[in-house]
Amino acid sequence: MRTLVTLLAAGAALTSAATAQDLAILNGRIVTNTDQGQISSGGVLIRDGVIVSVGADIEVPDGIETIDANGGWITPGIFAPYTQLGLIEVALEDATNDASASSSDFSVALDVADSFNPNGTYLATSRMEGITRFAVVPSTGSNLFAGLGALGNASGDMDALFETQSFVFADLSQSGAGTAGGSRSAAWAYLEAAFGDARAYPGRYASGHGDALNRYDAAALVDVVRGRIPLILEVDRATDIRRAIRFAAENAPLRLVISGGAEAWMVAEELAASGIPVLMDPMRNLPSSFDALGSTLESAARLDQAGVTVAYTTQTADGYFNARLLPQHAGNAVTNGVSWDAAFRAITLTPAEIYGVGDQYGALAAGYMADVVVWDGDPLEVMSAPTHVIIDGEDTDLTSRQTRLRDRYTDMEDTTPFGYRD
Amino acid sequence: MSLDWKRWTAVLATGLLAACSGGQDSGAGSADADDDAATDIVRVDLDPYPSTYSPPQGETTLITGATIFDGAGNQIDSGDILLENGRISAVGQGLEAPEGAIVINAEGRYITPGVIDIHSHLGDYPSPQVDAHSDGNELTQPNTSEVWAEHSVWPQDPGFARALAGGVTTLHVLPGSGNLFGGRGVTLRNVAGRTVQDMKFPGAPYTLKMACGENPSRVYGNRNTSPATDMGNMAGYRANWIRAADYRDSWHEYWDDPENNSPPTRDLELETMMGVLEGEILVQMHCYRADQMAQIIDLSQEFDYQVTTFHHAVEAYQIPDLLAEAGICAAVWADWGGFKMEAYDTIRENLALTHANGACAMIHSDDALGIQRLNQEVAKALSDGRRMGLEISDAEAVAWFTSNPAQALGIADETGSLEVGKRADLVIWSAHPFSTYAQADEVFIDGALMYDRANGVQPVSDFDLGQIGEGDD
Repeated sequence: MRTLVTLLAAGAALTSAATAQDLAILNGRIVTNTDQGQISSGGVLIRDGVIVSVGADIEVPDGIETIDANGGWITPGIFAPYTQLGLIEVALEDATNDASASSSDFSVALDVADSFNPNGTYLATSRMEGITRFAVVPSTGSNLFAGLGALGNASGDMDALFETQSFVFADLSQSGAGTAGGSRSAAWAYLEAAFGDARAYPGRYASGHGDALNRYDAAALVDVVRGRIPLILEVDRATDIRRAIRFAAENAPLRLVISGGAEAWMVAEELAASGIPVLMDPMRNLPSSFDALGSTLESAARLDQAGVTVAYTTQTADGYFNARLLPQHAGNAVTNGVSWDAAFRAITLTPAEIYGVGDQYGALAAGYMADVVVWDGDPLEVMSAPTHVIIDGEDTDLTSRQTRLRDRYTDMEDTTPFGYRD
Repeated sequence: MSLDWKRWTAVLATGLLAACSGGQDSGAGSADADDDAATDIVRVDLDPYPSTYSPPQGETTLITGATIFDGAGNQIDSGDILLENGRISAVGQGLEAPEGAIVINAEGRYITPGVIDIHSHLGDYPSPQVDAHSDGNELTQPNTSEVWAEHSVWPQDPGFARALAGGVTTLHVLPGSGNLFGGRGVTLRNVAGRTVQDMKFPGAPYTLKMACGENPSRVYGNRNTSPATDMGNMAGYRANWIRAADYRDSWHEYWDDPENNSPPTRDLELETMMGVLEGEILVQMHCYRADQMAQIIDLSQEFDYQVTTFHHAVEAYQIPDLLAEAGICAAVWADWGGFKMEAYDTIRENLALTHANGACAMIHSDDALGIQRLNQEVAKALSDGRRMGLEISDAEAVAWFTSNPAQALGIADETGSLEVGKRADLVIWSAHPFSTYAQADEVFIDGALMYDRANGVQPVSDFDLGQIGEGDD
């Protein structure tokens, strides 16, 4: 995995925090995502973009900038584990859509970092609703491998991708089977062959071709095969998930992550035993395909009960536009049987852990990077919203193109022509 | 209520029926010569697929101690509601239970009217989404006013039961939006029927789905036929309304002087459009942009018909004055957008802002998942509106998923609010319906308990039966 910006613990030099401030957030209910649990009233102290203390009674240095949470909630920022933020502006306009490349000769080597636009409109609208970190996941085109994903922050900065080539995404569901030639058998044969190519890279390519991949795609798969970055497999059907678990066991040290997982609850014990995490949408409950006949609002609770590591997605909403609905999805998991703490963890610390950055993001504790959101109420309530979103210690702007449009059209009595309003 | 084009149901001459029924529509144009045999007058049956809906039989039920949002803008704390013979017989405080009545203690809980979705494709795009189930969009020509969404509805769509668990008691199923004139929509009771006729809302007016903007021009432009542009769309509407007006005029000429005029050959496409011109069929118009809606308002004035609702009106907030003046409602999402250019300028405050600036507004789903939690969608829109400073009460906002869609479907005298005499369609929510954590505990349709979360009362579709998902919400 390639880290663009080295993120170090407190005390080290922090090039990324040049503009970060010292900041104290006070007077709020704190969700720590640590053994400290929730603190009914307290504060968070940030220095140079890093959290230095969290507690009911923190020492606030004189003259430091403070934010009053006004009795609201103070939480880690939302970490959206499956988005296409910065890849798509308008889905149906191909010219603005870099999520997939169905005419490309390449597959695994397609790197979202080359497509990601930190100025995308939806970075700001996501940030306003509490998303501070996210994974950027490519979509499949003509190959079941979609390509290489990355991790970003929602600051809108040019360097918003803080890690690239972080995982590979592939589709082994019904649609992946179609891409591979028409059946699941074809898809798994292809995946096995691709792994063989990557395992034998570069030797196999010195005198010929791979069985499935060209040399660039094989090179891109090496980190997956060696277990350095995860392979995220889209699968829904319970038996496909079992096949994936077997594949992971046979291909150790592969780090497998299941995405979709409509019927994952049916094989929850096996998933828990193998330590394979699941990215799933707790609001998905329709038998939308014959892969997903077991879809239910109970999925999240059943997986949690079995001890499976679960992070939530907004699979049923657009991942480039409405990833911001993640707290609503988590709230509905609570409504359907998951504990509040577990549901909140599933959109903050757990995804960070799945991507290997759980020691830096997703919790409020000394040494963690200062991604902090202040909310005017319970963040999983649909009527709550952030009042402050702090990324890397910086209190960010909570306006967007959408709020500008709103403001322009608020007053129908004003006679100023609309085009001349701010 | 409707389905009563009096003038034109009354006067088709028997002698000319053969000419009509010998034409292309012999099956559909059933004739009833009995009533008017003496006068040689026949009727064309304008309701040939009539509702066979039979209200479920409920018990006399008194629900007590709830916070009631009546859908008409009122909040009643510690309120009671009495359901008798399928109707609401009293709403207030301190009601007495009639002898033998079931009494439900709803203290600490909330009651709203049954949720109504004005824009659904359940049944026409059912789950599972397989090729054989793509029955919602007759993409064969720009005007398919002759198709009826109800003829595509698969009553066994598992989505109906999921929507019921979200409190939906009435929904409007529309054809898709690939055509200028998509066809007729149908209003359904959310009951488990064997046939769609078993679900049809008795007396609900038919609607005509129309669509403007990118969809029709994309579909037909890609085929290198008209319409390929916005201007092509407008030309298409106008040419077709001219045909429909001629058709309507021909019938009127015949009715006014049957001795000297022949009735036109029956035309299913123009029959639907004529229903619009006669004010009997309600236009439900898919339009996103403010400027496009303004064009459609002018179009409707040119041909003298009324648009009932703009659906997906993401830019309604820009023209609340035009909407209010034209008497047109806006049906919108809380926070969808970005999927196409005409959805790019969506704002989260759209519903609240449109409402606050004087236009009739409501939530809609257009989605098999979204329909399950329209209360949450309204909550989001309400909180976004309040956050920008709009003062809108909870009770007022409940109308966005109850009485406003009822109004826009022409069924407000039957459902949509908790008023004496109306159908007893209501939801008992476990918590405030604007909370993420609220669930529909009990859902009543016509006074009968059709969904009871605690006691496992819920329909299971034939498709779900024996599958892994049977019995799971």
